[in-house]
Amino acid sequence: MKRYTIFDMPKPERIGRLVDHLYAKMPEIESARAILLTESYRQTEGEPMILRRAKAFEHILKNIPIIIREDELIVGSSTIAPRGCQTYPEFSYEWLEAEFDTVAKRTADPFFIADKTKEELREVHTYWKGRTTSELATSYMTPQTLLSIEHNIFTPGNYFYNGVEHVTVQYDKVLKIGFEGIRDEAKERLAALNVADGDYQKRSAFLKAVVISCEAAILYARRYMVLAKQMADQCSDETRKKELLAIAMNCGRVPAKGAQSFYEACQSFWFVQQLLQLESSGHSISPGRFDQYMYPYYKKDLDEGKLTREFAQELMDCIWVKLNDLNKCRDAVSAEGFAGYSLFQNLIAGGQDAEGRDVTNDLSFMCIQASKHVMLPQPSFSVRVWNGTPHEFLIKAAELTRTGIGLPAYYNDEVIIPALVNRGLSLADAREYNIIGCVEPQKAGKTEGWHDAAFFNMCRPLELVFSNGVDKGVQIGPRTGEVEEFTTFDEFYDAYKKQMKYQIELLVNADNSIDVAHAERCPLPFLSCMVDDCMKRGKTVQEGGAVYNFTGPQGFGIANMADSLYAIKKLVYEEKAFSITELKKALAANYGKGIDADTAASVTAQIVDELKKSGKKVGEEDVVQILKTVLSEGVSSGEKARYEEIRKLILAVPKFGNDIDEVDEFARDVAYTYTKPLETYHNPRGGMYQAGLYPVSANVPLGAQTGATPDGRYAKTPVADGVSPSAGKDVNGPTAAANSVSRLDHFIASNGTLFNQKFHPSALSGREGLEKFVALIRSYFDQKGSHMQFNVVSRETLLDAQKNPEKYKHLVVRVAGYSALFTTLSRSLQDDIINRTEQGF
Amino acid sequence: MENYNYLDVPGRIFDIQRYSIHDGPGIRTIVFLKGCVLRCKWCCNPESQEYAIQKMVVAGEEKIIGEDTTAGKVLETVERDRTYYRRSGGGMTLSGGESLCQPEFAKALLYGAKQLGITTAMESMGCAKYEVIESILPYLDDYLLDIKHMNPEKHKAFTGRANDLMLENAKKIADSGMTRLSIRVPVVPTFNDSPDEIKAIAEFAAKLKGVYKLHLLPYHRLGQDKYEGLGREYQMKHIVPPTNETMQELLAIAKRASGLDCQIGG
Repeated sequence: MKRYTIFDMPKPERIGRLVDHLYAKMPEIESARAILLTESYRQTEGEPMILRRAKAFEHILKNIPIIIREDELIVGSSTIAPRGCQTYPEFSYEWLEAEFDTVAKRTADPFFIADKTKEELREVHTYWKGRTTSELATSYMTPQTLLSIEHNIFTPGNYFYNGVEHVTVQYDKVLKIGFEGIRDEAKERLAALNVADGDYQKRSAFLKAVVISCEAAILYARRYMVLAKQMADQCSDETRKKELLAIAMNCGRVPAKGAQSFYEACQSFWFVQQLLQLESSGHSISPGRFDQYMYPYYKKDLDEGKLTREFAQELMDCIWVKLNDLNKCRDAVSAEGFAGYSLFQNLIAGGQDAEGRDVTNDLSFMCIQASKHVMLPQPSFSVRVWNGTPHEFLIKAAELTRTGIGLPAYYNDEVIIPALVNRGLSLADAREYNIIGCVEPQKAGKTEGWHDAAFFNMCRPLELVFSNGVDKGVQIGPRTGEVEEFTTFDEFYDAYKKQMKYQIELLVNADNSIDVAHAERCPLPFLSCMVDDCMKRGKTVQEGGAVYNFTGPQGFGIANMADSLYAIKKLVYEEKAFSITELKKALAANYGKGIDADTAASVTAQIVDELKKSGKKVGEEDVVQILKTVLSEGVSSGEKARYEEIRKLILAVPKFGNDIDEVDEFARDVAYTYTKPLETYHNPRGGMYQAGLYPVSANVPLGAQTGATPDGRYAKTPVADGVSPSAGKDVNGPTAAANSVSRLDHFIASNGTLFNQKFHPSALSGREGLEKFVALIRSYFDQKGSHMQFNVVSRETLLDAQKNPEKYKHLVVRVAGYSALFTTLSRSLQDDIINRTEQGF
Repeated sequence: MENYNYLDVPGRIFDIQRYSIHDGPGIRTIVFLKGCVLRCKWCCNPESQEYAIQKMVVAGEEKIIGEDTTAGKVLETVERDRTYYRRSGGGMTLSGGESLCQPEFAKALLYGAKQLGITTAMESMGCAKYEVIESILPYLDDYLLDIKHMNPEKHKAFTGRANDLMLENAKKIADSGMTRLSIRVPVVPTFNDSPDEIKAIAEFAAKLKGVYKLHLLPYHRLGQDKYEGLGREYQMKHIVPPTNETMQELLAIAKRASGLDCQIGG
């Protein structure tokens, strides 16, 4: 029997009003949380950290200002200003203070901040000196690790400066038994402990912290109940009055108790979602399989005649809007890397149950509908695709794709389930996977995946091969030999592998340092009470309480490295079209395009270093002279012409993304230089490392830190995004590009891979267009690709949006693993999106 | 046919375009054969007309147009998208130029595709001896046949040849019952965009046996740069593509006159 109907529902009027209200002003930074947090910390000095965290959470939820916005049916806002954000000084604060005066003016994700707020935060920050997770993490890292971070080989910025919370919790558990139920479970476990147990101290402190956190959440909802009642009393509009009374009823019951109706379930879900964020500055708190855990409440109400599909849709639309109310201010550099005010709250529909049956239902279709109604970047909406997925579900999803919103992303069960089983998940758990953040699969409520743990730039170790491990005059990598002396490609490739392996070790050192720092300074009891087996083990996810533990740093630049190494193999070592020495010079001269001040400084430092090594004294005047030589003379016109010619030869070599077996096989091997060494390491929570191959939007800012590469890419330009071919290098159309990408090993990159394609709307026109589009996805998935996402928007539209941003305030594009508002992206990222190959004319 | 060495049959192409979604059912790979019998003034692929290998300036750089290849080599590329054909009901489409100008090559490609289990289509004016057409029909699933005008003089003025052979072939192809026949009409202002002209073509199509669909393809100017690239003058500079309204009107006329399944675009 079918569990769904496919027909569209009209957009409720309320939704337009909610969206307009939300986007009326620039988002604002508020200080309430930071002040309350610090007040609490000052009072709990000397107590166990887990209890201090719980008490601070309680203090915040008791006192933080609350608001019910106009027209809302689902309530709970972390800030008074729409889309505002609180700050989280327990992780880091220096960057924010340094950016107080620029944060409102920056191009990527600006935030307004009032002078009074600045003052308040400055005072608060005096407490945090020496107490943050980032400071502790730094102290744990080796000097070499810090050096590699400083030299931009990799960036563990996410969790270095922010909370981890890259997780999906047991929403179903809260919906079922409420926080009273979870609190009682903690109390029972507490009572069952023996005070003489060896781990009594840790366990009991954790369980007490859970009790405090659950009570705090219950109390917070009650505050909304009181507020809603007050507002209802003063409300003259009868309709709104009724709505407010319904809100009051809901908040009086949930999330304290189990939900009795779909409406209560929606409200309960929302408090969990909002409070997780408030506990810890999460990076991608993902609702996961919303259509599955909400379905029983929907079905029951519908069967009993207590709910119409229309009202259920309106409630879901309201949640979709609310997901855009949560916000987070990142430092300027990270804001470029995660551009678009994105919180990566990934919500996924469709797929299988634990026994492998398709469970697409009414709500799965209504999720698509909600994204169509709301047309905002959050939630990061995804659909699961497998051989048993109903065709109409994909057609509806494709209709959403056609709107140009960049949603949904499509995921292939046929790859992800076995890939997760290969990582030790039970088959039943793997079948119930959802996606976190951009593209990272895991089992909800059982996993601390630490996905998105770092960006690793695969291009930088290649630069180190050419410099024998030296960057800007400093030895930051192993000495793999002078590149001029390599006589075979294998020698060259070995050197690259050695540089990679060394930097991967340092990356692991960085992530593990941060991991330990979070466990020591920011254990999270509220989050942990909704992840198995924390309650049973009596410890937080940060301390290894989860059933499945991973760390997933993502590599990017696969296409650049595949193309670079292939070009070196062909042109230098096989055809001998030019020597490696010549190539080295061409790269240093940016293929004759010249070098900027930064590069010149680094070349100068290198020369000075070499002179010093050879025993010469180098004075300041000498340095100035060398710099002048580097800058002014640079390269002669003859050399310049030769470098341009070298670049031409390189560009003529076949490139990844064109369905050429030899190149694609090569790319597969190059990806292994990152994915295979990584999986041999472990994290402090007892889990393994697993690689991801996706860039978020970091391919643009991190490309700016990368010199010219031997694939013909100029210095400082973006590197390739995800597993996609280099921009503009795939010239045989979308099927050829998809064939190439599918030839990578997506099973081993089990932290997720990301494949972007951009289409003109004409490719999806009419039912026939949708059918062919779905066939394209199916075919890529038949060939064992793991993920696919699309930008459907015309080049003209994007160019016009650049010129007239005010006309396109709501224009959403798919950036990398998520959608963002186009006009809020930096100019360079906008250009990158425009320049990606437009497929399907 | 046991000794038919079709893989080695030589031919000349000027492009292979994968993921074509407007030229026959499903996702298709189009093989563009070089050389044409007509010289349509509006032709959007002027580089297809000459059989000779040419130079054309594309985006400021000189490019060689035309490549001598074999059916086997072409089929290697065609086969790479087999998964997409299977999922979408697509396959290989021959286009040009006029594929019938290289009959042996066209036949080898079609025969070869069928050997691989890949469905076939051909966009063609049917401008060849019927015996030539007949020899390839067993291997052709979809014939996308161009009919541009019913009046021989006007046809000649705009394409360089009268239409009698093509119309006669259209009847024979339809009568053969060996392929699924669709009629395609490029709608070109000043040439055939009047209601009467479209009506005449539609009525002709209605009389043909078992026509599957009738497509009205609105004229576009995307080929203009290519004329400049070839150093030729574009004679249709002053022609504005038909409006959406005109196309809708003509579609209604075509439907009424033919009673066939008609659509705008391929």
